[in-house]
Amino acid sequence: MTNIKNQQMLDRLADAAREGRVSRRSFMNYSMAAGVTASAATGLWATAAKAEPKRGGTFRIAQHDGNSGDTHDPGIYESNAEILLAHTFRAFLTQINTDGTLGADVATEWSATPDASEWTFKLNPKATFHSGGKVTAEDVVASMNFHRGEDSTSAAKSLLGSVTEIVADDENTVTFKLDAGNADLPWLMTDYHLVVLPRNEDGTANWQSGDGCGPYVLDSWEPGVNASLTRFDGWHGEGAYFDAIQVTFINDPNARQTALVTGDADATSLLENKTMSLLERQPDVTVINIPSAQAITMPMFCDQAPFDNVDVRKALKLSMDRNELVEKISFGAATVGNDFHHSPAMPYYPKDIEQTEYDPEQAKSLLKKAGVENLSVSFSVADSITAGAVDLAILYSEQAKAAGIDVSVLREPSDGYYSDVWLKKPWCMVVWGARPTPDVMYSLAYKDDAAWNESHWQNEEFNKLLLQAKAELDDTLRAEMYRDMAVLAKDDGGTIIPFFPNFVYGIRSNVGTTGEYAASWHMDGYRAASRWWFNS
Amino acid sequence: MGDILGLVAKRLGMGLMILLIISVIIFFMVELLPGDIAEAVLGQGATEENVRVLREQMGLNDPALFRYFEWLKGAVMLDFGRSIVTQEAVMSVIGERFRNTLFLATYAAVIAVPFAIILGVIVALLRNSVFDRVANVLTLTSISSPEFFLGYILILFFSVKWGMFPAIASLNDSMSFWELLNRTFLPALTLVLVVTAHMMRMTRAAIINLLASPYIEMAKLKGTPPWKVIVRHALPNAWAPIINVVALNLAYLITGVVLVEVVFVYPGIGQALVDAVSKRDFPVVQACCLIFAATFILLNLAADVGAILTNPRLRHPK
Repeated sequence: MTNIKNQQMLDRLADAAREGRVSRRSFMNYSMAAGVTASAATGLWATAAKAEPKRGGTFRIAQHDGNSGDTHDPGIYESNAEILLAHTFRAFLTQINTDGTLGADVATEWSATPDASEWTFKLNPKATFHSGGKVTAEDVVASMNFHRGEDSTSAAKSLLGSVTEIVADDENTVTFKLDAGNADLPWLMTDYHLVVLPRNEDGTANWQSGDGCGPYVLDSWEPGVNASLTRFDGWHGEGAYFDAIQVTFINDPNARQTALVTGDADATSLLENKTMSLLERQPDVTVINIPSAQAITMPMFCDQAPFDNVDVRKALKLSMDRNELVEKISFGAATVGNDFHHSPAMPYYPKDIEQTEYDPEQAKSLLKKAGVENLSVSFSVADSITAGAVDLAILYSEQAKAAGIDVSVLREPSDGYYSDVWLKKPWCMVVWGARPTPDVMYSLAYKDDAAWNESHWQNEEFNKLLLQAKAELDDTLRAEMYRDMAVLAKDDGGTIIPFFPNFVYGIRSNVGTTGEYAASWHMDGYRAASRWWFNS
Repeated sequence: MGDILGLVAKRLGMGLMILLIISVIIFFMVELLPGDIAEAVLGQGATEENVRVLREQMGLNDPALFRYFEWLKGAVMLDFGRSIVTQEAVMSVIGERFRNTLFLATYAAVIAVPFAIILGVIVALLRNSVFDRVANVLTLTSISSPEFFLGYILILFFSVKWGMFPAIASLNDSMSFWELLNRTFLPALTLVLVVTAHMMRMTRAAIINLLASPYIEMAKLKGTPPWKVIVRHALPNAWAPIINVVALNLAYLITGVVLVEVVFVYPGIGQALVDAVSKRDFPVVQACCLIFAATFILLNLAADVGAILTNPRLRHPK
């Protein structure tokens, strides 16, 4: 029943899509609500919405988390400034597309042996370094080996821990040999440490020179101050519409916001949630607010009283009003968590798992069953974890009072929090950056023998499923396994996940985007420089 | 004149001793910070093995005392070593930043010092008038507000509402001098507002203090106009305390402006110091602190010499 009203709505939608005001996903939902079939809606999106990108202009980014200690060494990449630059002047084997799927970067295709223990990547023959050399399989081998081996201090060492050998089969083919099957290896290649570097004569990787094979050439960079880049005409990818990129590192959230409002910057990473609604009223500014795979976790040591009792863990999960936390701490810019570390922004997300709701009565009865009524526990937190971290802890402690639980909030110093508190205190708050797949996340912090098993959780079935899912190449089977694991983590696990914070950043209205944004990092997975353009 | 040279030499020697003591204090304060350098560099992603390898590479397994003397040896020859984090020479990390800080401090001082002293003289002349009261209230308000707050207020009006000056003071090499002055006007103005009150009120107090002296009364009796009484007769004798306050404020303009740097995104040395502390980049912290300490010592020395030169009684001791 396509009536006039629906037609008007569709026209408005198409307009909104053309101007980049709706994402593809919402466009599809609305169009289908207006009585259009899925395939017709896809076609409509393609014709109506795909604004033709224009070339030219200097794109000015105001970027947070820039430090004077930032470096070109990909092994110790840590700040957002480094990660932004890594995606702008360097390149990776694969990338996460705007719709969350895995796409090609330097590698054009990849395939595995049936047990997923050997992966072969075909490199793009057009890929070249800024200094002129072609990107060869040998360069990739050197780049990856940089993170491996005895003397490596790379943070990505454990990520490639299962890799036994990397071989250059011919100029454009690289094979990774693993000690066990890992269906996620192509996803791992999007990790920000694993940049493709040119090779030295002696076979080591040359990270010092600042040479890369990304969309822009790094002309100058003063760490913690600014960076300027110009388009690399020999880039192998599609996009890079801006002629030049200018990044100013601005750590003060107010200053970043001012830069965006006054037009000193065309795009700004990390806006504060509390001013989000005010900024949305500015006519020249668009706030982008997308769910991410970052997470706030509250791991309890499952081998230590009182957390060794599953009823106590369950009671603590039930005494949290997550909706109130999202509303008051994140100002709505977060996805409610359900105590399994698998966000809707990750692949294989299980949709149909029942949400744990605030239920102090049930929590009370569970504590009674466990024989620890009037439970009193302390919870460590530091200001630096996330905006409003201490407030979050205090609000939760108020909520838990209704269940007769006394959560005393311990404020720890921000300095050295991750060496003195995390993994040392029985219950604390942690922030996790986005990881590309559930396997990476679970292997890192939930596997029984992981160094960072932050809750000391040991669940035989979970660990069995984890290993099975890792080598499973059938997506349907894999999704089922991740669903079962999520249920186990939710009901038995030692980690409370209040919410997954969104990425909130802003652009000026003259910046054109596809309307879809990768959820891996800020600024469209930090690929804004090569994916966006100026409308006017 | 020989006395003054002797005094300067003596004070310089004492300054060096103080610098040495300060370097010891800074070194052991950095050691006391929670967490260790290797873990701070690697961040949340540090594993035990990575930390071990990195500690070895950085030479952190040597005793602290040994590392301190190694560093001191270099510092004497103005080689502050290499940054632990970026492996670049410390001087190249902070040299540019220190120049920027000096530029901003000079910019602010060139406006603030004459402004404050002239204002001080005027309010001393018009003491207890409405002008005096208003000037006092305004300058005291500006010195009592936190710097970042003043900065935000200036940004709100001068750049967001009226669009007269840029809100972000980021610099690049291709800027002309005038462009540079325009870009850094708001941070300089913030600093002017912060330091004016102190200098102006000291000028006013020092002059008013002298106005009860017999020679001032004499000058008045012989019919000298009030402004001349103050400028010719009172001011020359009031220089000593004013110079001291000016020197203190100049030192503040160099060492105390990290908040202004953050608000206006100005690449000065304060920001570099804060970064270095959070990364436990000891050589950079040491170098920054020594520069700050040296700044204080030199400006205090200048203040003392200035006070002597402006006072005939001190210039020609009996």
